[in-house]
Amino acid sequence: MSPSARDARLLRWLAFAAGLASAVLILIVLFLMQESWPVIARYGLVHFVSARGWHPTEGTFNLVPMLAASAATSALAIALATPLGVAAAIFSRFYAAGIVGRLLHWVIVLLAGIPSVVLGLWGLTVIVPLILKVAPPGTSLLAGSLILALMILPTIALTTEAALASLPSAYGIGAAALGLSREAIIINIAIPATKASIFAGVMLASARALGETMAVLMVSGNVVQLPKSLFDPVRTLTANIALEMAYATGDHRASLFVSGLALTAVVLALAAVARRSGGQVVHA
Amino acid sequence: MHSLAVYRSAHRIALRDRTLQLLVLAAVVVITSTFGWLLLDIVWHGANRIGWEFLTAAPRSAGRNGGIAPILLATVLILTVALAVSAPLGLATAILLSEFSRPGGRAGYWIGLSLDILAGVPSIVFGLFGNAFFCVWLGLGFSILSGGLTLACMVLPILIRTAESGLRTVPNDWRLGAAALGISKASALVNVLIPAAAPALVAGLMLGIGRAMAETAALIFTSGYVDRMPASLLDSGRAISVHIYDLTMNVAGGDRSAYASALVLIALLILINGAASWLAERTLKRRITAS
Amino acid sequence: MTITGESEGLVEAVDGKAYTVGPLLSGPPCCRPETQIRVDGLSLGYGGKPALKDVSLDIYRGCITALIGPSGCGKTSLLSCLNRLTDLIPGCRVEGRIMLDGADIHSSGVDVQALRQRVGMIFQKPNPFPLSIRRNLEMPLKEHGITGRSELAARVERSLVDVGLWDEVKDRLDGAALSLSGGQQQRLCMARALVLEPEILLMDEPCSALDPLSSAVVEDLIETLRGRYTVVIVTHNLGQARRIANYAAFFWVNDRAGTLIEFDQCRRLFEQPRHQLTAAYVRGLRG
Ligand SMILES: Nc1ncnc2c1ncn2[C@@H]1O[C@H](COP(=O)(O)OP(=O)(O)OP(=O)(O)O)[C@@H](O)[C@H]1O
Ligand SMILES: [Mg+2]
Repeated sequence: MSPSARDARLLRWLAFAAGLASAVLILIVLFLMQESWPVIARYGLVHFVSARGWHPTEGTFNLVPMLAASAATSALAIALATPLGVAAAIFSRFYAAGIVGRLLHWVIVLLAGIPSVVLGLWGLTVIVPLILKVAPPGTSLLAGSLILALMILPTIALTTEAALASLPSAYGIGAAALGLSREAIIINIAIPATKASIFAGVMLASARALGETMAVLMVSGNVVQLPKSLFDPVRTLTANIALEMAYATGDHRASLFVSGLALTAVVLALAAVARRSGGQVVHA
Repeated sequence: MHSLAVYRSAHRIALRDRTLQLLVLAAVVVITSTFGWLLLDIVWHGANRIGWEFLTAAPRSAGRNGGIAPILLATVLILTVALAVSAPLGLATAILLSEFSRPGGRAGYWIGLSLDILAGVPSIVFGLFGNAFFCVWLGLGFSILSGGLTLACMVLPILIRTAESGLRTVPNDWRLGAAALGISKASALVNVLIPAAAPALVAGLMLGIGRAMAETAALIFTSGYVDRMPASLLDSGRAISVHIYDLTMNVAGGDRSAYASALVLIALLILINGAASWLAERTLKRRITAS
Repeated sequence: MTITGESEGLVEAVDGKAYTVGPLLSGPPCCRPETQIRVDGLSLGYGGKPALKDVSLDIYRGCITALIGPSGCGKTSLLSCLNRLTDLIPGCRVEGRIMLDGADIHSSGVDVQALRQRVGMIFQKPNPFPLSIRRNLEMPLKEHGITGRSELAARVERSLVDVGLWDEVKDRLDGAALSLSGGQQQRLCMARALVLEPEILLMDEPCSALDPLSSAVVEDLIETLRGRYTVVIVTHNLGQARRIANYAAFFWVNDRAGTLIEFDQCRRLFEQPRHQLTAAYVRGLRG
């Protein structure tokens, strides 16, 4: 076979493969819509925010408590993880360029590699008992946020680190030549110059936090209620799917797909914002 | 007066600098000590249960006793299915993106966009999809095949993006050189470009394996819970992460086994990553010194 | 504007020796000004920005033609048209005709890979593949359908002998090509082009990445190709152009696009340039 013919055949195969790979997303969207359509058609979308509670056996599917729980745990986790992650990146960029900085980097990479189910296990056996001493039952919004914070911290730290590393070193040299202290450089130059990337990292981390299932499921108690305090047990949207999917049928099952669809929409919107502000996914 | 003001502002700046320094250090201490605590806790509680028997025996009394042999086998089978499907598909798509699509071209843009979106889909949603599509629609039921295929969809974006960037870092000189010799892109890829990108390809593959192995939510209702030794790909099989979840949440007194399994899982992940860097380094060395 | 060298029978080569056709190519003896490639009204642009405007010249069979001119005047671009490497550059548009032995190589029916086998190319930066020396040479051969063990071995040896590399590497053919020195790598790249038995060799500043000694070795090597191959060489080294070329083409940037100013026998272009720009440019040589 001639080289050109070989390339033409190769290209056909590659296009086929790429078509399949792109079809996955389309299939996912199609199946989520198809599975959730019956209950949307029957009750309308408003039902999911206005119904009297989440009582699948009685046909009321109010997702608001779950939405609130997801939002609250994620927001708190972001509030905890952002300063820590940014501080870690600043540390390895400005305070410990040598072996200590590398060490911290590896700690963060390793942390990123810990499976969320293991974080959940550790949270349930270590963190939850500690919270229980303060206010029962221990499994709570707070526990969920703490574990989530630990999980998304690497995302924020690594995106910030990458952004700081991509700053032209002229910034640092020029600033040092002006007689600015290291801290002044960090506060007045480095952070403002990488603001957009840090923001993008935070958006990506929020998306991960909202989409996380196991870690929150294992430590936050899974009671369907609007949280009134940090120590209340809550059930997030993802946990709800994981817990009820095993036995749900009919409208109940369909409403779980509705929550999956809603979750996907929110998470993708966040990812889109992150993309807009110039963040790239750090695979770690 | 004037010098006093200068003195005051200098003082304020010194205070600010000192505070920032302390805050950063405190954050680092919090992160490392939490990580150390987590790791030590798992090793401490997990190590005493691990032994030859734990790795080779079947679980007894819902996993409180016995071992995890069927679970390890199911994990390996699920991963094998996932990679057997996603690795060729991913490599092919990466080649299309890096070698055949023009920068800024339309096909490349849309494929890339769909991959970025796919990468953002939460794993529980992959679980929903896998259940609806593979288990129900294709009739594969709760099976290792369903779970593996679901994971294949999930790791596809990582595999493609890492392979694509690996191929893009291969110097263009070789592409031009091959083209100028009338060598087809197919041969250039097989003989030069893919071997040159091999370290990056392997690293991406390992990243994908790591992600797949750590996954729980997408597997609970695709590959299922059954902890018997799987006899075929159509049997339900319990992945190790699902095992940890089940022991923690549903089995009173399952903590010790859960910790031991977690330790095994983490050890496997570290092993895979180590193997990846070793392989990558070896490939790199061989490329420079010999054929 | 078409400028071509004058047809005046056999052109004597620089050193006055008579060259004959080598064993790899049968055909008329060297430097009879018989057109092998006719570039006719060639214009080229990158993404709408013109880089070459209305270039016409003839390239003669078996001769060495040097392309000279300041940086950015489109010499590399012209070379890339001759083996259609321009196809690989996104946004590159080529107009005009390039006739190789009477057939337009930019027409759609042309088998590009077969064309590139006839028209070899050597790049400025040596680019041997990250394979063994032997596989660097065998891979292109296998690609073009030559698979017999003995034939492969014979052609690998012949091409390495041709570039004077055989004695240096015959004991380590399975060693990495990238472990060779820069000059050796460049000669390996030449061997890799020669192993396909092309008719035409395009060289883009083949000596500029090399030290003076390796550069001299490669230059001598190019000399030996005269008569057996048609060579088109881009060089910034006017002395080198003068030493080895039979014909020379001088390019200059006019209105941001490269144009051909003068094309003539090499000695005449250097000694009696017809154009003022040429005169000024080659005077740089004399200091
Ligand atoms: N791939 C490309 N994309 C866009 N513009 C290009 C590209 N390659 C070359 N050009 C432009 O085309 C013009 C001619 O470039 P070319 O490389 O042919 O010049 P050259 O004579 O070979 O220069 P040099 O002596 O420096 O190698 C230049 O202005 C250059 O900027
Ligand atoms: Mg050039």
